Parts: sequence; C-alpha cells; structure tokens
Amino acid sequence: MTTIQHISTSRRIKDRVVQGLVYLAFAAAVVPLVSVLWLVISNGLARFDLEFLTHSMNGIGARDAHGGAYHAIIGTLTQVLLAGVISVPIGLFTAIYLVEYGNNGRLSRAISFFVDVMTGIPSVVAGLFVFAFWILFLGFEYSGWAGALALSILMMPTVVRSAEEMLRLVPNDLREASYALGVAKWRTIVKVVLPTAFTGIVTGVMLAVARVAGETAPLLMTVFFTNSINHDPFSGPQMGLPLFVFDQAARPNDTAVDRAWTGALTLILIVMLLNLVARLIAWWRSPARAR
Amino acid sequence: MSKQIQVSGLDAYYGSHKAIEDVSMTIEPRSITAFIGPSGCGKSTFLRTLNRMHEVIPGARVEGKVLLDGEDLYAPTVEPVSVRRMIGMVFQRPNPFPTMSIYENVAAGLRLNGRVGKSEMDGIVEESLKGANLWNEVKDRLNKPGAGLSGGQQQRLCIARAIAVRPQVLLMDEPCSALDPISTLAIEDLMAKLKDQYTIVIVTHNMQQAARVSDRTAFFNLSEQGKPGKVVEMDETSRMFTNPSQKATEDYITGRFG
Repeated sequence: MTTIQHISTSRRIKDRVVQGLVYLAFAAAVVPLVSVLWLVISNGLARFDLEFLTHSMNGIGARDAHGGAYHAIIGTLTQVLLAGVISVPIGLFTAIYLVEYGNNGRLSRAISFFVDVMTGIPSVVAGLFVFAFWILFLGFEYSGWAGALALSILMMPTVVRSAEEMLRLVPNDLREASYALGVAKWRTIVKVVLPTAFTGIVTGVMLAVARVAGETAPLLMTVFFTNSINHDPFSGPQMGLPLFVFDQAARPNDTAVDRAWTGALTLILIVMLLNLVARLIAWWRSPARAR
Repeated sequence: MSKQIQVSGLDAYYGSHKAIEDVSMTIEPRSITAFIGPSGCGKSTFLRTLNRMHEVIPGARVEGKVLLDGEDLYAPTVEPVSVRRMIGMVFQRPNPFPTMSIYENVAAGLRLNGRVGKSEMDGIVEESLKGANLWNEVKDRLNKPGAGLSGGQQQRLCIARAIAVRPQVLLMDEPCSALDPISTLAIEDLMAKLKDQYTIVIVTHNMQQAARVSDRTAFFNLSEQGKPGKVVEMDETSRMFTNPSQKATEDYITGRFG
C-alpha cells in the first residue's frame, strides 16, 4: 500500500534552484533588449523632431547640427514595400505548392532544401549578388529597386518558411470538409485554407519585414549613398535608414552621431508601427472577434 | 432526387496496401444503409470511395465500378468535384470552418461553387438549418462563429452544410461517435427525416444505432490483420440482427468478437 508522501526538502530546494535559474535566464535575455532600447531612446530623443522627419541632409555642412532623415525614411519604406511586393507572393505561392501540391515529392524536397540554404545566406552576399548581376552584368544604375531586389532575396525564405508552417497547421479535416462539398481544390485553398492561416501568415510576413528593414549590408552595394530626396526607387541612388545610421555614425562630429541615434530610433519605431498595423489587420480578420 | 448506388468489384488501395477487396453491393435510394464491422476493416475507406474522397489522400487509388443511377463515377472523363457535389459527406468529427459564421458555414458549399443571390441564399440557409433541426437553436445568432456551438450542434451544422448543396446521397462516417446520447438521438431523428429525400449511408460502431436507424446493413470484416477488408454479408437490417446467414456476422453482432 502506498502512503501519501510529503514533498521532500531536497525536491523543494531543487525546485527553488531551477526556478531561480529560469528567472536568471529570462533576465539575461531581457537585459540586452532593454538596454538597447534605453540607449537608443535616450540618445535619439534629442534630435527626434519635426525637422528630422521632414528634411533631408541636402546642403547640410559637415559640422551643421540640422538636417534629417526624410530621404532615408522614404527610401526604407519604398524599398521594404517593394521587397515585400516581390517576395510575399513568391514566398506564399512556394509555401502553397509545398504544402498543398508537393506531396513531399522530389521537387518539393529540392525546394525545401534550397529555401533552407537561402535562409543561411549572409545579407552581404545578397547585396553582392544583386550588385554583380543587376548593376555590373545587366548594367542598371544604383537604385532603390536594386536594394529592394537584394532585400527580397533575404525576405523570401523567411516568408516561405513561416507561411509553410502556418499552412501545415490548418487541419486536414477542413480541406476534406470543403472537398466533400464539391469545392475545387484551388477554391478550397483560397477560401478555406488561406483564411484559416491568415493571422499566422501576416505575423510571419511582418517578422520578415522587420528582419529586412534593418539590413545595411545589402543596401551598401545597391542603393548607393545620397543626401537628397529621391521618391523614385527605379532611378538614381536612394537612401535607406540603416545606411543613414551607418553613414552618420561613422562621421567624427557629435551632431552627426546624434543624427545616427535618432535614425536608429526612427527605424525601431517604423518596425514597431508596421507590427502594430499587422496585429490590427490580424485582429480584424480573426474569427474570435465575432464572439 | 435521391439516387441508387451500385458497386461492383471495387478494390481500394493506399499505395501498395490493398485496404478493401472485391466489394459489390447495391444501395437503395430513399433508405438508410448502415456499414458495421471492426475497426480497420475498410468501412470508412469504402464510404470514401463512393464520392471519390478516397483519392484525395496521396497514393490512394480505386479499381472497380461505382454506378450512380447507372452512371460510372470512375469513368475517366468524370470530374471528381462534381461527384462530390452530388454525394455529400458528414465526418466523424464535426468540422465547421473556423473562419466562418454559422450562416457562412451553411452557405459555404454554394458560395464556394458560384454565385447565389442574397435572398435565395437566406432561404436555402434557413431551409437547411431547419432540415438539420438546428434552426431554432441558432436563428438569433447566425453571424456568430460556427466553432462556438456545442459538439452536437456543430455536427448538425455540418449536416446542414452538407444538405445545403442539395446532394443526391448523404454519406455519414460515424457521425455520432463524438456526441452525447441526446445529440445522437437528435441526429438519428434527423436521419429518419432525411431518408424521405436522400439516399443515406452511415458507418457506425454502435450496433443499436445500426439496428435503430437503418433499413439495410452490410457487415465488413477482414480475414486477418493486414489483409484487405471484405463485405461478409449484406441484408435487411431486421434479418441481419435476428437471423444472419453468416456465423461471423452473428458473432460480431452478439459481441463475441470485435
């Protein structure tokens, strides 16, 4: 016969110790995050004003305190948007192929393998590739579009992977229920599978956007540096925010370094804002809302 | 609008594994036919071959003939999607579309297949929900998600969804196995009502249910594990349960095995 046992002291101690370790690990993970945020906010807030958001660096002397990142903000937004326009459809269709049509055949395994390889491409290599292929080989000029091409190379595998995960989470029951109603396969995918996975796909896309929005290396060789505003991503050099930060931080005077901090703060805010918008879209489309 | 199904010499495979062998039977219109038999003997597989759902599984294929009022469903020119539109299916686990409201769930089959006017759709949704004995419970919350209903209500929602496309035949794969007795009773009543209009085929593990609701019963079994399943016997339900011609049927029904 077994008796009711009391928790032994050694188990109590073990429990405490492990609990302490978990908290410690959490703190260790949060400390860098908070300190980065704190540094960026405290250093960047000084120049975070209307002038910074509405002016470019055109005509600002090496030691002048004024100027802003409008040209870089515009550049980053258009480049990331273009990169998304290229890579989201391709990534989504690839994921749909892998999950719905691939049947784990030879082609789908090959695609999976190359997507994994692409995930591991260093961002500078993506930039080099676009530089060598688009600018040197095909002879196009430096432009925001070239930057977007480099970013899309980085974005695509992330979109494929996250969309694939989300599509695989959709229960097969739902597909069968739809087939049993006499709905064709493609309509089942469009009307049943994609809406069910929508929230997750949006989150995945946003993670991909957040990843590429801060990339400096691929832009370095593709968009070129400029101090002036260029609304047209298809012609002429166009700045990007990471590049702006990189450029300003490398200058010797404090006014430029201040601008770099503010640029970093702006970048973080843009990514946060995009995330917020995505959350809103996901919330608005989620089925739980109607309850 | 219900049709007769004639099956002859049907084999179904999963890859190289033969799941059922040489099944032949006639399923009469406006009646309920029950399939009974131990787990893994191919009842569900056979049911899924009747509306070409079997081939949805990668590697699965079918040999033999299934005639719906004389028309071969497996003829090479037949569009499987149109077969499924004519032969509806209700699954073991209730599976309403989670992104859709109750209304949209019922309308899904029609809406996903083409355009239907709003007022006509309203009529069809109401009629289907009434047909599934669910209208009174949900008429005030048609825009709420279908997934918010109880299990029994969800299953009736799935039946409403299946009958909304006006099929000729309704296949039910253990529709009550996840439900409580009250919901089961509701669905059995519903089947009795629907059989005036539809050909109904039901797979069940519940002997009493088969005896209660069905007109004819087929007993499936396999000679040993790994061998394909076969139809041992098919007859009027009353005779199957009182005086079966095969010893195996009697043993199964009386609970001596399986």
